[in-house]
Amino acid sequence: MAQNVNFDLSHPAVEAGLESPADENVVHDSFSQLIAEQSQNEGLSDAIELQHLQGNPDDDEGRDNVAYLSPSENRGWRIGSDEAAEEDNETQTDSLLKDRWSSATLKILSSMPSRTIGRSRGAIISQYYNRTTELRRRTQKRASIKDFSRSARPSIRGYGVEVDTTDSAEKKQERLVKNLQDLSAVDRMRMLKEMPLNLSEKKDLRRLTLEMTKRTRSSSNLPCCSYLKFQIILALRHSWYSCLSFLHSLQLWQMPLKRVGGRFGSGVLSYFLFLKTLLFFNVFLFLVLGSFLVFPQAVYLPELPESRTPFTGLELLTGGGYFSNTLLYYGYYSNHTLPNCPKNNSTRPECDSRSLSYNMPLAYFFTIGLSFFITCIILVYSMSKSFGQSFRIDKSNGMLAMKVFCSWDFKVIKRSSVKLLSENICTQLKELLGDTHHRLVRNTILDKLIKLLIHGLSWTLCLGATAGCVAGIYCFSDYMHKKQESSENDSEDPGLLNEASLLALPVLVSFINLMLPILFQLTAWMEKYNSPSLRTFVSLSRNLILKVSVLGVLCFHWLKRVAGSANDDKTFKCWESFVGQDLYRFLVIDFIFSLLDTLFGELLWRLFSDKVLKRNRRPGFDIAKNVLDLIYGQTLAWLGLLFTPLLPAVQILKLLLLFYIKMSSVMMNCQAPSRPYRVSQMTTIFITLLCFPSFLGSSVCVTYTMWRLPSSGSCGPFRGNKTMIQAGKQRIAELVDENRSLSFLADAHTYLVENPLFLFVGAAIFLIVIYFQSQVVDGQRKIIALLQEQIENEGEDKKFLITRLQSVHERKRTPARNLTSQDSGC
Amino acid sequence: MGTTASQLAKDSLSEYQELTFLTKQEILLAHRRFTELLDRDERNHPNPRVPMEVILTLPELKSNPFKTRICQVFSTSEDKDGSLTFEDFLDLLSAFSDSATLEIKSHYAFRIFDFDDDGTLDCGDLEKLVNCLTGETEDTRLSSEEMRQLISNILDESDIDKDGTVNLSEFQHVISRSPDFVSSFKIVL
Repeated sequence: MAQNVNFDLSHPAVEAGLESPADENVVHDSFSQLIAEQSQNEGLSDAIELQHLQGNPDDDEGRDNVAYLSPSENRGWRIGSDEAAEEDNETQTDSLLKDRWSSATLKILSSMPSRTIGRSRGAIISQYYNRTTELRRRTQKRASIKDFSRSARPSIRGYGVEVDTTDSAEKKQERLVKNLQDLSAVDRMRMLKEMPLNLSEKKDLRRLTLEMTKRTRSSSNLPCCSYLKFQIILALRHSWYSCLSFLHSLQLWQMPLKRVGGRFGSGVLSYFLFLKTLLFFNVFLFLVLGSFLVFPQAVYLPELPESRTPFTGLELLTGGGYFSNTLLYYGYYSNHTLPNCPKNNSTRPECDSRSLSYNMPLAYFFTIGLSFFITCIILVYSMSKSFGQSFRIDKSNGMLAMKVFCSWDFKVIKRSSVKLLSENICTQLKELLGDTHHRLVRNTILDKLIKLLIHGLSWTLCLGATAGCVAGIYCFSDYMHKKQESSENDSEDPGLLNEASLLALPVLVSFINLMLPILFQLTAWMEKYNSPSLRTFVSLSRNLILKVSVLGVLCFHWLKRVAGSANDDKTFKCWESFVGQDLYRFLVIDFIFSLLDTLFGELLWRLFSDKVLKRNRRPGFDIAKNVLDLIYGQTLAWLGLLFTPLLPAVQILKLLLLFYIKMSSVMMNCQAPSRPYRVSQMTTIFITLLCFPSFLGSSVCVTYTMWRLPSSGSCGPFRGNKTMIQAGKQRIAELVDENRSLSFLADAHTYLVENPLFLFVGAAIFLIVIYFQSQVVDGQRKIIALLQEQIENEGEDKKFLITRLQSVHERKRTPARNLTSQDSGC
Repeated sequence: MGTTASQLAKDSLSEYQELTFLTKQEILLAHRRFTELLDRDERNHPNPRVPMEVILTLPELKSNPFKTRICQVFSTSEDKDGSLTFEDFLDLLSAFSDSATLEIKSHYAFRIFDFDDDGTLDCGDLEKLVNCLTGETEDTRLSSEEMRQLISNILDESDIDKDGTVNLSEFQHVISRSPDFVSSFKIVL
């Protein structure tokens, strides 16, 4: 019995100083009984020894009863144990290793709560009993005070904590069932799901809970409205489940993803999951734009000014020709309220009756804005969720335990991949072990200089190559622009060759995007890095710099040059459509070059390496490069949203094809990565890259276009040589004029959104919230450090008590046989 | 329509949905794969139990170095022979599923790694764990010196109360520091 009381020291609730008032007397009695027992027998010397070590026997006698309640008191014991350790062998108290202890001590050790929680059913039930009690306390009203017996400590009334663990299994189960019954249905189900018991026991618990619920419900008279509410909640829950199952059954590509994960592990799988995420973004954009822009325009077709050029196959690549005056581009959309009925004679059928009017310019403006806004929210949410998962508060340095416990990827099924994974883990462990040994090896100054020189050289090479290529793109785009202007000035009929020459710029850009990363890889080979993650970061940043500068110069070309040279009469009559076509071309050529890269980089390289070089190792799948390519394509798609409302559809097709091509290529040609790949960290980085340079850049460009650039006069929803924002405001003013009731919206807009004070206040509040959160994180770090120290102290207490018990037992075993049975129970 | 052995009854299906982390499709798929493992005459048995060797023929478990421990942990047989009933199989899939919480996964991971079933990971458990991880071949095994150093490093890092073993709370503390654990502790049928 004393066993249960003493070893509850490790119980978390007791450590915190809480205790059931009902059990107080019992606890007090038994502890003092133990002391009394020990003082009765010859263990008196031991008790005195214990008190001696305290150095303050009188206080201790009075403090004994409450010693275990407040953790700080235990420090007194710890100091004592240190002194004791100096007397005995210090090594004995180092660890609770098995071979030194008697069978009784071993029995006690094995039934300690910290060890039973991992394996015993009763311990799990007790733990979940406590959790359900806490949950009940938090979610429901407190049980009334009068339910608890009076105690000398009214402040801890109401904290029902299970302290007595001598209950039989049935009683524990009964208490748990009672608690479960009092929880709400949702909480109950969550608790049942989270219990690490086997299914038959969970079924029993559930059955008992439902029986009890039925009994209590039939005995009490529920008013009819709460019964109805209960039924409604049940029906809602059932429909929610069926909804979830339906969504789950729509799982796209489940089998291929499982095969890839089974063969290559989580790293390569994360690329395909990223592709799937991008696909869903584009599907969402397509649905929004399609339903609000494309569909109404398709229903009410505008009049076509000139005859269409016939369809040749080249349109699929260039996006011009047959496609120029279609729903694909900005220029096709009308700038009137649909249906466009002239005031006098109208021959169109939809103008006769009072059909619904649809203000196309306003719809265009708001749809684009809304889609960008929702995409922004989704991106920021997923980025913060991903960041929150991978950010850890306590800055502990140990990687070894984490590697050993967490690095096995259970998804990997194929035998060769399992072998590869084992080799991978072995290498990592050896490296980490070697690190801890050889951290003291210092390089000479010369070595460091040489290393610095090599790094500087490779960085200069990479940045120089990037700058050179960007300058090349700038000059070439200038040349192409002038050529285009002159050709438009000269003749009316462009000709097929002229159309094909429009493809030159996209081909050049994609070629640079393909070749320069190879150069970066070659320079990375000659460098030596301390850690593989540093290597990955450097290569990622170089590729990123390349792509950002390429996109920057292209945006300059479109927004400054093309839009700037727009002239209503002659050149670039409809510059938005031209930019849209350019983006379409870029997207398609980028796809073609990805195909070529897969073909040459993976298939041919594998054949070459198998047949010619006769090596067994296949090329690895470069995850970072492929993800950056995906992000680049998505940036193009976002840039083109304003100019080409159907671009998400093109992107969807591209992603679908890319998925199947990459999947088959990876399965046929590549092997699992031989370097460690930290999936969660890299996924966070990729989502951040998708949000910050990619989405932010494209939204900045679109905002700039809407705000500053005058729209062309002859095409599109915003004809009239004003900027889109001005045109939009004008439309809103017209709308407000028509319906007086919407005037409050306009007023709200003027006073809130355009008022800079509002934005300042909003930004200030945001910064304050961030500051508070960072303070909270700091505080949590301190608490973690404190708690670790406390656990160490408790561990010392545990060791001390076990060794004392062992010595008491040994001392009693020899002289007094009749007391052994009593003591072994202690 | 059929007996409960060959066809899952509707109320058991909804019960399993409530008590595990699996969706309806996953439970039905599990039922199908489980009945494929049974012999023809066993299929009409009310609660058939599949011996461990047959379970280990599943492709998802065949090459896993922890396959015997997994079967032993989830098995409810009295002989501790690792045989699984359908409900044990569902328990297994639920713990390894997508939506299982970190706590359930770390609990079962701890039990899988606890080779001697004593509730803590001591040096023997850790050694067996590392050997499972690094594989069976001679060139990937760690030398005894490296093993000793590795185990002492692990205990230094993760044993907070310094009792020489890693108990469940300490294990969960280490696991919570790794964001990759939840995604790698998954088996999908």
